[in-house]
Amino acid sequence: MKNIFKRKPSDFPTEYTVSNAFKKGDALTKLSFLLLGVGNVAKKQVVKGILFLITELAYIGYMISYGFYSLKELTTLGHYEKIETWSEEDGCYIYEQVGIESIQVLLFGVFTIILTLLFIAFWRECVKSAYKAQCLAKEGKHINSFKDDIKDLFNVNLHKLLLTLPLAGILTFSVLPLIFMILQAFTNYSDVDNKLLKFDWTGFDAFKQVLSLKGDIGRQFWSVLLWTVIWAIFATVLNYIFGMILALVINRKGTRCKGMWRFFFILSIAIPQFVSLLIVRTMLKDNGAINNILMDWGLIDTPLPFWTNATWARVTVIVVNLWVGIPYTMLQMTGILQNIPADLYEAARVDGANSFVVFFKITLPYMLFVTMPHLITTFTGNINNFNVIYLLSGGGPASEHLKDTAGQTDLLVTWLYKLTIDQNDFNIGAVIGIMTFIVLAIVSLVTYRNTNSYKDEEGFQ
Amino acid sequence: MSTGNLAKKQSNSAKTWKTVKNSLVHVGLAIMSAIWLFPIFWVVMTSLRVENGGVGSYTSYFFPKELGFDNYVKLFTDTKLLNFPKMFMNTLIVAIFSCIVATFFTISVAYCMSRLRFKVRKTFMNIAMIMGLFPGFMSMIAIYYILKTVGLTEGSNIRIAMVLVYSGGAGLGFLVAKGFFDTIPKTLDEAALIDGATKWQVFTKIIMPLSKPTIVYTVLGAFMGPWVDFIFAKVLCGVKKDYYTVSIGLWNMLEKEYVHQYFTRFCAGAVCISIPISIVFLSMQGCYKEGMSGAVKG
Repeated sequence: MKNIFKRKPSDFPTEYTVSNAFKKGDALTKLSFLLLGVGNVAKKQVVKGILFLITELAYIGYMISYGFYSLKELTTLGHYEKIETWSEEDGCYIYEQVGIESIQVLLFGVFTIILTLLFIAFWRECVKSAYKAQCLAKEGKHINSFKDDIKDLFNVNLHKLLLTLPLAGILTFSVLPLIFMILQAFTNYSDVDNKLLKFDWTGFDAFKQVLSLKGDIGRQFWSVLLWTVIWAIFATVLNYIFGMILALVINRKGTRCKGMWRFFFILSIAIPQFVSLLIVRTMLKDNGAINNILMDWGLIDTPLPFWTNATWARVTVIVVNLWVGIPYTMLQMTGILQNIPADLYEAARVDGANSFVVFFKITLPYMLFVTMPHLITTFTGNINNFNVIYLLSGGGPASEHLKDTAGQTDLLVTWLYKLTIDQNDFNIGAVIGIMTFIVLAIVSLVTYRNTNSYKDEEGFQ
Repeated sequence: MSTGNLAKKQSNSAKTWKTVKNSLVHVGLAIMSAIWLFPIFWVVMTSLRVENGGVGSYTSYFFPKELGFDNYVKLFTDTKLLNFPKMFMNTLIVAIFSCIVATFFTISVAYCMSRLRFKVRKTFMNIAMIMGLFPGFMSMIAIYYILKTVGLTEGSNIRIAMVLVYSGGAGLGFLVAKGFFDTIPKTLDEAALIDGATKWQVFTKIIMPLSKPTIVYTVLGAFMGPWVDFIFAKVLCGVKKDYYTVSIGLWNMLEKEYVHQYFTRFCAGAVCISIPISIVFLSMQGCYKEGMSGAVKG
């Protein structure tokens, strides 16, 4: 982790830096610090320089018309009032809205900040470009014309061409929303006290509410967290073990029609997950197919409480998740099993090892070694496993505390969904999201660092 | 003599033991397959149930008394309450467009990360890894607000919004494709560059033709997204029935007010969706395997 933040000598050294431009730049280059593109225009890079200037003007225009205002509003999250006046004419109250909703203030504020950061990066590039043009002119070297620049986009700068649009997409649809949501954790944006239209910064209040052992939210949080971890461990480990056993059984020498067996299992995951999960949910209902059959056969008198009893529901979601997950694991394991070096087995056979010894001394260690990263991703996937819980039990059955929003099988993610979509407790939801992230980050970092595949990359080579 | 007999006996018993073990394994596999295939079988059966006009959510018997395709016909012709053909078209349109955009995004990012070297490459990969740890739909509401501010949550703009949602962040899902590009020997690029090719030509003329399995894998994966996602679609559409995708439609058929009338039709719809999707999925698996075994065989 440290390596990420430590400043290493750059792999791409260049003399055209901003500080050099400041120290050694001539008047025109220095003027380019303020008026982007002037240096370039002077060195005959007219189109490029003008484009730089236009971008700068556009940014300044935006900042003057909206930007500064939204930054200023961001500190107080705007002002918003609903003025109620009695109208004699119509004989009713007339509502008038003054100001902007806080949520929009927050959104535009974050947008302006991201835009400003992007502009700073752009500004640095422009200054460097001006300085580069100056240096090249002094040395009498060729200065790229606009045409050359376009050509470069398809050659040296191909990454700029290919990455611009995808990066814009990621910024708008992943980064901006994420920052926006994270910031909500530090406000009182929720249905409580009617703070949906105008809310304020409240620092770590929402965190305290969630993490405290007293209070309704805190009590729910810790029990949901406990169940999430239990669920993730069971779902991951059982899937892994049974998936591996299935793969081994299908792969063993004596088994015939290997392709057919594999096809049967793969078929069940080829169906869209929401379809198969909805089907299973329907089958396991009190009046669903399973209970009907069992009652027809006279095995039970009353329907089994698959979704109505907390313990039953918890076991059921884990078992159904096995039904969903085992074929996936089998699919992945099959590929790896076929790659285990045959000489390892041969050596074991010569030494007279029986199949149990072979499994525990060769197959299992090898599999663990190769699949550790996969195991971690499965674990994180299970902590965030929205689909299985939401489509199967919907988080239910409800808790015995009537006021609770979290059901007995709710994971952190499904609870997050309920809190935000159904309850409008956006700040608590955001805190839950951040806590999920922290749990995941810790688990994946710790386990990954302690695995052999990280410590000893060549153990099996 | 006696020792020879004994050995024979032993090998005989070992043989029978082996046969018993093998048949046990096969019986076990058969039972397991039955468990795995049972729900699918049940859905197909229910979708073909036509007695009482196919009405009624659950029956107390398992095998339908009359078989027929009435439910399928009704699913596509009775469009008063839930317009399934329209949902199907909606999903298809969204899937095609988001597939094009998402594939372009994913392949470009994967290619840059794998084969080009530039300044922010490592930073980008680290950030992508960290962002992958946040619950995916945590940002859903924020995305909804953004789209609302730009006016994309009204009318037919919803389709554009869906395409953007399914493909916008696609650049972050570059890992599989990158893993594939990594297996293509660098010497190919170098040889082409020495011969005077530009990097663009290397990308389009050399690497792309070699990467068919990965491209097909990405295309199919992106195409499947809108068919199997249901949360984003639900948030975006709300109550606007005209823009429902099939997944919301199917979910709605199981809601209390519809389930009695629509349960058998739900099963028919599930079968209709599952057949193309499973074909796509199976071919994806093929491409994945082919991709993972390396681009240049030798």
